[in-house]
Amino acid sequence: MTEVALNRPARSGASRDRAATALSLGFVTTFLMVMVGLPLAALTWEATSEGTQSFWDAVSSPESVAALKLTLVASFAVSLLNAVLGTITAWVLVRDDFRGKTVVNAIIDLPFALPTIVAGLTLLALYGPTSPVGIDVAFSRTAIVLALMFVTLPFVVRTVQPVLQELDPEIEEAAHSLGASHTRTFVRVILPNILPGILSGVALAFAKAVGEFGSLVIITGNIPFETEVSSVHIYGRIESGDSSGAAAVAVVLLAISFLTLLSIGVIRHIATRHDR
Amino acid sequence: MKGWLSRLGLRAIMLGYLAVILVGPLAIVFWRTFEDGFAPAWDALTTPETLNALKLTLIITAIAVPVNTIFGIVCALAIVRRRFRGKGLLNAFIDLPLALSPVVVGLSLFLLYGQDGWFGSWLDERGIDVLFALPSMVIATIFVSLPFVAREVVPTLREIGDEQEQAAQTLGASGWQTFWRITLPSIRWAVIYGVILTTARCLGEYGAVAVVSGRLQGQTETATLRVQERYEAFDLAGAYAISIVLALIAMLVLVAMTVIRPKEEAA
Amino acid sequence: MSILVRNVSKRFGDFVALDDVSLDVESGALTALLGPSGSGKSTLLRIIAGLETADWGEILLAGKDATALAPQKRNVGFVFQHYAAFKHMTVWENVAFGLKVRKRPKTEIAERVDELLNLVQLQNFGHRYPAQLSGGQRQRMGLARALAPEPQVLLLDEPFGALDARVRAELREWLRQLHDVVHVTTVFVTHDQDEAMEISDQIAVINHGSLEQVGSPRELYDNPASEFVMTFVGDAQPLGESLVRPHDVDLLHEPADGAVEAMIVRVTLLGRDAKVELHNAEGSEFVVLMTRDQFNAGGYWRGQTVWAQPHHERVFATSAGDLESVSS
Repeated sequence: MTEVALNRPARSGASRDRAATALSLGFVTTFLMVMVGLPLAALTWEATSEGTQSFWDAVSSPESVAALKLTLVASFAVSLLNAVLGTITAWVLVRDDFRGKTVVNAIIDLPFALPTIVAGLTLLALYGPTSPVGIDVAFSRTAIVLALMFVTLPFVVRTVQPVLQELDPEIEEAAHSLGASHTRTFVRVILPNILPGILSGVALAFAKAVGEFGSLVIITGNIPFETEVSSVHIYGRIESGDSSGAAAVAVVLLAISFLTLLSIGVIRHIATRHDR
Repeated sequence: MKGWLSRLGLRAIMLGYLAVILVGPLAIVFWRTFEDGFAPAWDALTTPETLNALKLTLIITAIAVPVNTIFGIVCALAIVRRRFRGKGLLNAFIDLPLALSPVVVGLSLFLLYGQDGWFGSWLDERGIDVLFALPSMVIATIFVSLPFVAREVVPTLREIGDEQEQAAQTLGASGWQTFWRITLPSIRWAVIYGVILTTARCLGEYGAVAVVSGRLQGQTETATLRVQERYEAFDLAGAYAISIVLALIAMLVLVAMTVIRPKEEAA
Repeated sequence: MSILVRNVSKRFGDFVALDDVSLDVESGALTALLGPSGSGKSTLLRIIAGLETADWGEILLAGKDATALAPQKRNVGFVFQHYAAFKHMTVWENVAFGLKVRKRPKTEIAERVDELLNLVQLQNFGHRYPAQLSGGQRQRMGLARALAPEPQVLLLDEPFGALDARVRAELREWLRQLHDVVHVTTVFVTHDQDEAMEISDQIAVINHGSLEQVGSPRELYDNPASEFVMTFVGDAQPLGESLVRPHDVDLLHEPADGAVEAMIVRVTLLGRDAKVELHNAEGSEFVVLMTRDQFNAGGYWRGQTVWAQPHHERVFATSAGDLESVSS
């Protein structure tokens, strides 16, 4: 078609671009490696440094197992509670209108803004030995649930709210015009749409609950086999100088965190499959 | 009729839930703190160690927030504007601090910078104190508050698109001028919102800092660590006093979030 | 300033956006890059601006090789289809941007911005934000902004594509007038042949990444180089072996050499034209347009058999991808 004589690659602009990409990526990756990657690598190393047997011993010690069981059961229970109560809260905030709604909406974020240790202290003030309403659940498993409810409160609410907001009211109108009752509409039309939001909120709540430390330290009394969760157990081991034991249990928690993050990604992927 | 009742019912459940879990406890603490008047609370607050603790918290926050802000902006720009493989992995790493237990974070830093840690001997030789000193506390705080600015800026940046930046280029603006005059102003509300979240997280950090600081009174005690310390010393008034300060700051944060959020969404 | 495009090629993955395109843009002229969606015209414009880089080939601006030059250094003004307005700046600040970036003195900037705002008739809108302007006003601002630093080339990427039909027509005319005043080499991209025909000095027709033809509107209409150009610029339909324009067909009442037998199936009177739809022997349809006078004089009606004789028809033989044109 044409002579090739004048053809030559015009790459300089593209290479300018690539240099900038390399620079910014280099900075970001280095920062993340140093701040996040290396510490976690050191952790995993320490956990396995004395061999798998030692790792297993630390993880499967009676105290460790008790703590892990407690942590998982409590986190699971709290996540389910959040699924229900959080959805209701999101529903009321989106669908209902009343004076002071803005204030209520703002309060939801309190657990994000308030230090966990302060949260624990305030729960102790109301539900502990000095309770003005006579409820004393301090140093019990109920206290764990209370504290975890506090710190995980915003998660499901904030993941469901935007989905509910975006939901096309015409979909519900269509269901009603076809004869579906309110309950049926909710279960068959609304719920499937907000389910991914609920699930990712639950996953986030679960991850937070499993690792929660500050709010539990005061109100639970940290009684081994009774009210000691894994994070407190790890802390105890550190204090007594058993770094590799602590690291072993920590790696278990790390794995749980990873898996939870992964599941959130999967949920997101499944949720958007209808949009593709 | 039924619809109206169920609406009130739901509203009641929600308000009851929030009252029991959030508002009630906080209200009690306010009440208890000022039960005997303002003066005792003030005295408890202004002891030298407590003031030091507050100062330390502010110093750590003042370092961690700018660092994470710069990181967050550069990171968001890389993720949204650049093409490269491994974006998923990058995103996972950025989200990780949100899912990790603070104690695990603290421990991993302990194992990296401690005497028997990977960097331990290197630091020892040079007489650099990281663990049980300010540096490790700053690092821990940076770790746990890492994601916020990036996560806020990414969707905004994506939404805006890069046409304005292309226009700026054709008008003769250099890379830096384009960033400073066009890109940054267009993401400013997202950045501010992210900074607010980061600041709140830094001020409230407990677990990770508890592990790496050694909790040396007057030296490596932050405000949150001080609350715990006062409680254990049976000085409930002292613990409450600091808690009130932190709670008031938290409320300011909530107000800021409520004010900024609509601006961020409008952009 | 002249623009020389030499053998430019560009791919996006497997998709060939531009295939060995060479083009001479006349200095000082208003040139249109005309083509359907996905033809590569926008890509070519952006390569000229430096917003994209070609895989192969060169761009010469005023005779100098600009291929590797960043957009900042090319001194080209660019107007975007969706305005790319700096939302956080006022109209005044938008227009002043190119001058501020070049660190011109404040008084000079003020003068130039006022001059341009007057030129685009936005003199009372300087303090407003782009969100407060209509689409047409935003685009006029875009033009003023691009012109402020006195570029040697003005490039417009489907500048009126996001506007409604009436505003589009107004601004199109207004662009031509602006060009007559400012005299800067202007290249604009459009898929609208009316737009290209109406205001440009020179049209480059692009299809599937290749340049089909370059010429004045008249040349393209009268002497299309390919079937694509003929059907894209003006209407054309097949009649027998060739392509012919609806106005270039006579309807005769007797057979003649080269005339095709057909039956009139429908007659519509459109203002000053008459549209006659016919079916030929194989049953395929074609349309003939004539003036009302011709129609009245000719005595045509529905169901009538006539013989259609084309003028200026063109035959484009396609063999192995090559196109030759034969004129009658």
